[in-house]
Amino acid sequence: MAIKLPIYLDNHATTPVDPRVLEAMLPYFTEKFGNAASRNHSFGWTAEEAVENARGQISRLINATPKEIIFTSGATESNNLAIKGVAEMHREKGNHIITQVTEHKAVLDTCKRLEKYGYEVSYLPVEKDGRINLDDLRRAITPKTILISIMYANNEIGVISPIPGIGKIAKEKGVLFHVDGVQAVGKVPVDVQKDNIDLLSLSGHKIYGPKGVGALYVRRRNPRVQLSAIIDGGGHERGMRSGTLNVPGIVGLGKACEICGNEMAEESERLRRLRERLKDGIFSRLDEVYINGSMVHRLPHNLNVSFAFVEGESLLMGINDVAVSSGSACTSATLEPSYVLKALGVGEDLAHTSIRFGLGRFNTEEEVDYVVSRVVETVNRLRELSPLYEMAKEGIDLSKMNWKTE
Amino acid sequence: MAYSDKVIEHYNNPRNVGSLPKDDPNVGTGLVGAPECGDVMKLQMKINPQTEVVEEAKFKTFGCGSAIASSSLATEWVKGKTVDQALAIKNTDIVRELSLPPVKIHCSVLAEDAIKAAVGDWKKKKGVAAPATETATAQD
Repeated sequence: MAIKLPIYLDNHATTPVDPRVLEAMLPYFTEKFGNAASRNHSFGWTAEEAVENARGQISRLINATPKEIIFTSGATESNNLAIKGVAEMHREKGNHIITQVTEHKAVLDTCKRLEKYGYEVSYLPVEKDGRINLDDLRRAITPKTILISIMYANNEIGVISPIPGIGKIAKEKGVLFHVDGVQAVGKVPVDVQKDNIDLLSLSGHKIYGPKGVGALYVRRRNPRVQLSAIIDGGGHERGMRSGTLNVPGIVGLGKACEICGNEMAEESERLRRLRERLKDGIFSRLDEVYINGSMVHRLPHNLNVSFAFVEGESLLMGINDVAVSSGSACTSATLEPSYVLKALGVGEDLAHTSIRFGLGRFNTEEEVDYVVSRVVETVNRLRELSPLYEMAKEGIDLSKMNWKTE
Repeated sequence: MAYSDKVIEHYNNPRNVGSLPKDDPNVGTGLVGAPECGDVMKLQMKINPQTEVVEEAKFKTFGCGSAIASSSLATEWVKGKTVDQALAIKNTDIVRELSLPPVKIHCSVLAEDAIKAAVGDWKKKKGVAAPATETATAQD
């Protein structure tokens, strides 16, 4: 079978909409266009029924109840609502929030803003495998702590946090536990009951649903979590998130969750095999390549590799028919390499050489084999061009050089 | 990020890749940048001691496509020039030739530094004047 180029291997950034999801959504743009808040005619009832159906589909995927699902515009909004909403509601109780350094910017920047308003935030470090130490968490909790916010799985390195352990500690100490579940929901089993999760953010477009729609799970029992709204208006979503519901998007999100629930076991096994094929292909044919983050506690479809002596952006340029992303500074506007890799203790020299591969539902073995051959050939070509590779082969210790920098 | 056709062309077909014997008294070596910054350029020139004409130039670069293109172009430009003419090459000439965007200007600066460092190394070997831009060296 001929491979269609370019190949998309950046499924942590976004995923294509599954045709089954699109099909479910389409009627809600045209003939079933009603406003779910219209209580007095059938157009509204049809829309409301579709929304409630989606609430059910989402809640089943994470072992919640439908009433605990609040629809948002996406996980960035869900994270903002969870963190700012708890912070404002529980201000009387305390002003301390605990998170970790490798969180997504939607969590980190939200916390930074709260710091400006007088909240205190502890940013826990991570160990070399990308996970926090639970003793550090325990020590960080004070009587003023109102929220722990830790992601389920990291978007760059795919490392899965020790969620059950964190949930247990949070419950023990009576602190609310928010989880950014964007990369994990629909990919690995997420159970808000078992893991004592009080708030969980998720997004449509990371699970083969549409962009512009997400949800926040807000626990209703044991404890009943109360939030202040950050968007005021018509009092939709039990007053927690005003704004006319994005019915087609919500239908798509629901359908996407249902498909993930039905197919997760098989799909995650298939993606794990593809990921191992990718990893083995690269590691058997190249020297001086390094995995970033734990290989044990990791999403099945993620691989993050540093190709020593080859700068990430130049590698991306060489494999221009493969869509992946790099932790190299040159691919970002900031000129700083990935803060996530830095937090793991990956040296900046290696951080510049990292590539994130994100496999997805529609990738095939043939595509993986093609990517391996393109990566290997490009890395070899660029190492021929690399003064660092030449020096390393001559036995020069690069860390002991007097580099001339301004 | 979109690359100019010239950057892509140099990236796909880099000129003068390789190394010259660094202990040769007529070879000047410039090694600039740092791995932590994501750019290291090594530029070498073989200079005729009588005419001071650059007879050969080679480079190796760790860095993005624009850094590779800048150093590839630099080797093309210094070849056949006298040392003084080579030193007159400005980073802005490279920016213009390769249509580098503002975030990639540092690549051209590094290429200019590499030329200066190589000439400096050559002059040092001949026992003339202190170099303007130093080359990286192994620690003692």
